[in-house]
Amino acid sequence: MQPEAPAVAAAPPIPAPAHHFRSWAVQQHAERMGMWLFLATEILLFAGLFVAYATYRFLFPQTFHAASKYLNVTLGTVNTLVLITSSLTVALAVHFVVSNRSRFAGLLLLASVALGATFLVIKGFEYAHKFQEGALPGHYYRLEGLTLPGSSLFFTLYFFVTGLHGLHVIIGMSVLTWVAARALRGEFNARHYIPVELGGLYWHLVDLVWIFLYPLLYLI
Amino acid sequence: MSPQSDSSAAQITAETAPAEPSAPPEAARPEEPRFPARHYLNDGHTIRSWLLTVDHKRIAILYLVLVLTAFLLGGIFAMVVRLELLTPGPTIIDALTYNRAFTLHGVIMIFLFMIPAIPAVFGNFFLPIMLGAKDVAFPRLNLLSVYLYVAGAALALWGMIHGGADTGWTFYTPYSTITPTNVVPILLGAFIVGFSSILTGINFITSIHTLRAPGLTWMRLPLFIWSLYATAVIQILATPVLGLLLLLVAAEHFFGFGLFDPARGGDPILYQHLFWFYSHPAVYIMVLPAMGVISEVVTTFARKHIFGYRMIAYSSLGIAFVGFFTWGHHLFVSGESAFDAGAFGILSMFVGVFTAIKTFNWVGTLYRGAITFKTPFAYLCGFLYFIVFGGMTGVAVATVSLDVHWHDSYFVVAHFHFIMVGAVVMAFLAALHYWFPKMFGKRYPEGWGLVAASLIILGFNATFIPQFLLGNAGMPRRYYNYQPQFQALHVASTTGASLLAFGFLLIAIYLLLSLKYGKPAGPNPWGSRAFEWTTQSPPLTENYPGAVTVLSGPYAYHVAQSPIALTTNRPTDGGGGTREGGGHAA
Amino acid sequence: MNELMRRMLFLPEQASNFSTDVDHLHYFVILTTLVMSFLVGVTALYFFWRYRQRSRDQLTPDVQPGPGMEVMFVVLPLVFFVGWGIAGFRDYVRMQTPPKDAMDVYVMAKQWMWKFSYPEGPSSLSVLRVPTGRPVRLLLTSRDVIHSFFVPAFRLKRDAVPGRYTQMWFVPTKPGRYPIFCAEYCGLSHSNMTGEVVAMDPAEFDAWLADQRTGFPQAQDSAASPGEEVAADASLVEQGRAAAVRNGCLKCHSVDGSPHIGPTWLDLYGRTETMTTGEKILAEEAYLTQSMMDPLAYVVAGFQPVMPSFMGLISPAETAALLEYIKSLRSDRRGGEDRFRGPLNEPAVGQ
Repeated sequence: MQPEAPAVAAAPPIPAPAHHFRSWAVQQHAERMGMWLFLATEILLFAGLFVAYATYRFLFPQTFHAASKYLNVTLGTVNTLVLITSSLTVALAVHFVVSNRSRFAGLLLLASVALGATFLVIKGFEYAHKFQEGALPGHYYRLEGLTLPGSSLFFTLYFFVTGLHGLHVIIGMSVLTWVAARALRGEFNARHYIPVELGGLYWHLVDLVWIFLYPLLYLI
Repeated sequence: MSPQSDSSAAQITAETAPAEPSAPPEAARPEEPRFPARHYLNDGHTIRSWLLTVDHKRIAILYLVLVLTAFLLGGIFAMVVRLELLTPGPTIIDALTYNRAFTLHGVIMIFLFMIPAIPAVFGNFFLPIMLGAKDVAFPRLNLLSVYLYVAGAALALWGMIHGGADTGWTFYTPYSTITPTNVVPILLGAFIVGFSSILTGINFITSIHTLRAPGLTWMRLPLFIWSLYATAVIQILATPVLGLLLLLVAAEHFFGFGLFDPARGGDPILYQHLFWFYSHPAVYIMVLPAMGVISEVVTTFARKHIFGYRMIAYSSLGIAFVGFFTWGHHLFVSGESAFDAGAFGILSMFVGVFTAIKTFNWVGTLYRGAITFKTPFAYLCGFLYFIVFGGMTGVAVATVSLDVHWHDSYFVVAHFHFIMVGAVVMAFLAALHYWFPKMFGKRYPEGWGLVAASLIILGFNATFIPQFLLGNAGMPRRYYNYQPQFQALHVASTTGASLLAFGFLLIAIYLLLSLKYGKPAGPNPWGSRAFEWTTQSPPLTENYPGAVTVLSGPYAYHVAQSPIALTTNRPTDGGGGTREGGGHAA
Repeated sequence: MNELMRRMLFLPEQASNFSTDVDHLHYFVILTTLVMSFLVGVTALYFFWRYRQRSRDQLTPDVQPGPGMEVMFVVLPLVFFVGWGIAGFRDYVRMQTPPKDAMDVYVMAKQWMWKFSYPEGPSSLSVLRVPTGRPVRLLLTSRDVIHSFFVPAFRLKRDAVPGRYTQMWFVPTKPGRYPIFCAEYCGLSHSNMTGEVVAMDPAEFDAWLADQRTGFPQAQDSAASPGEEVAADASLVEQGRAAAVRNGCLKCHSVDGSPHIGPTWLDLYGRTETMTTGEKILAEEAYLTQSMMDPLAYVVAGFQPVMPSFMGLISPAETAALLEYIKSLRSDRRGGEDRFRGPLNEPAVGQ
């Protein structure tokens, strides 16, 4: 056993690892590795859409530039700040759980979930506006103000990539809620906090994808 | 390698062969092997214990049943196609049914058999055992991957029954977005099955990194593990791209999104790039584990250390890496630029070199070996011939000017069947026969094994060599009707296919009978030095009765020693001093 | 030698300027493949015999490749493979670089037929006439899905993609008739989307082209392949049937009542059809003729507006023959002749 640093309260015991892992440290290492590999797959999932975006942007530069003006930069920026803040609260949650303050960490996680919900609500308003304008994918495209070649492609990509991202926000919120519930029950401590870290990693990825989407869709 | 002198270490313990104090484990045994009392198959008899198992071996058996069912279904569609092609005009079915049949043959064989088969069956069963571990890193994710496979397969099957796609397994747009057939369930089914593949990949990579027993350095890993590692890397990186693409096509078909519709500015060639970005590495997902199996079989049956361990290990990684950069060789005549064609052509040549290296090394392993000609070895022979022929015809179609003639003709069909059936299915059958005694504790009848292998190899040649010639003559693929001058070769091919089908049937029969009536195999019927043969047959649920230390690599036929040390009656604990977080101690 | 190899490998005749080069590289690659398979096989067989197991626990030496051998394992295949790659690429660049004086022909692929248009000349269906000895450039596109224009005798193929033009070029070297196949799966009648390249003597070609430009030619493009000739005194119905086959009508219209791309011709004459606009029209001579010339004016409900116009492609005589043929297709008179047996093998390809 490692020698314990002098602590205010008795340090929590090292949990028993699953039967096929040699030690708790190895199990944690494996869980982290598994999550990073999974995140790699998520990046590749979005990669296809980024490639499609790049291709069509290259083919229709003016159209894409004009189409992006139909997106609400203010709402997009607010959403970006919302997500970045939610990543901050998640990172803080990990910090606090490592400092044995599981319940407070749980509250921070709930804050992230709330911010995620805020993101989705704002997105919902944006989508509603698009429906009104007729800026919809392919077959449903009715936007009269923009009839350049390839116009509908921008919105097809917009809906698909933000939709896929939104789906991941929902998944992330579910994961964080579940972890938050466990944190509020006091389950986590300095030895046992991996679920918070892994949930946090997933959430950071969701945020990171948005940070790439935001300029590509709203700003250029 | 650690010294072998100290006698307190290193003896295989009681639950395996009858006790023999200091002889190497595979010394001549006077008595017949006994079937062990406790093993993973009788550790729980309820349906629940099977359907909710987290034992990697039981999961492997579940996968075996699933992939063999898929193989049967795909094979039936193949026979329907081949029977229809006996005459130039309509023979037994109409054009729409034919188009559905070849599509479903491709979809089932590729997504439900070729991609999962060797990794999900033999990888799941043997990866932990070869690592000296008790299970994979994430046993519950492993179970989830089985159910994802079932869900995806069920959805695709539902789609097949209710209309079934007629697009070909490649789902090229715009046809796949305007086809009146029911393509969406099949697209979504393949999407779900893709997750099964991804989870397996994550599990394998993590296991190999974190679950190696003490003493098992990277350079002592069985080559099958190296091949599974390289395969898992491809599964993780390539599959999501296909997943996304299938969603896009489904949305386009269902909602008219128009991403690949030229009328809305879309580009059908973008689809092809995204599709082949996965589907070319996918063929390496299929072939790398097969090559891993061959490394195991050749060393055991030639009783010799592998010739060029590092070359084989690194060439697996090389194939995985370079394979990601060659997808454009499927687009030579699609209108891609000459620059692209040249670049992809040369990169495709590099990938061929890795296979050549492996082939030379396998043949080199036979040199000065001690060869016994058993059924797995017969499949090895078939494999060697098919991989040279199939691989070099692959290099041939990668030659741009030649591919202009051969693209979408029967030459390409023959090439990829040489690899997929000739190499991968041969390796699957080799693995099945090689590891059958370990997985089920029974022996199969060797004579019938050799007969079936001969039929398969003969039938295979008769089926697919005529197809090379058909391709040369200009017969395009996916053709329901064809011109009369092609008929003779088609009849030859269908005859061969019937022989092939008969061979598979024969194998199914004697293997099923052996499950019940086979003689007990004992822990090491082949006299192999590989790690998995130090366990009992069938293995215990926990694989090893105690903690494992690895003393040498798995191909140590030049010295008389066991590669594994087992310490019994001491559970693996978390606190073992120098071995903590290890795998590097030796 | 070339001829021997060509026949052994079941290759079609060499009818373009690229065919022999492609074949020569092919022979080199395939012979090396066969030699390597043979060598590997023979070596392996020798080892099986020479190094068979002598005793049960026989130990074997741990033989490892030296660095020289490892280098050879890499370099030897690499040299061959990259060599072929470069040779193939150079030929391919030639295939993609048409000469400036090439004659252009526009190729339009649609489900399930090929249409060829000469810039100042005629259009034809399914048959592409070209002069030998002169370069021809094809500019290909598609009306609907991806098709692929494949002429095995030329060793050439290029996809016809909707929304863009692709190109290929060749010089036909031998007069003759060479099949065209569609080589990209495009739906139900993919395997029937065939055609024919007719390579003609340059003088004959020029004469034909001039003839085409002056009005309705007699024995037009789809002029008879062996076995397709209709006797001059054949009935109008017979001639109509031949015309229907020749012009590709039967690719989309069945004659036995089965549903297909276009309305079935069985019992068409005298039937009242409902259009997409809701209008009901009686199908008699005027309507049927208009359908051939201006097919998108009225589209029958339940069908897609995909029929091409045959204005200028069929002569009045042929039109009349077609009408008579359609009139003859009545279900109360069915028996024998046009029994539906699955997609028909289409004409002009020497069947």
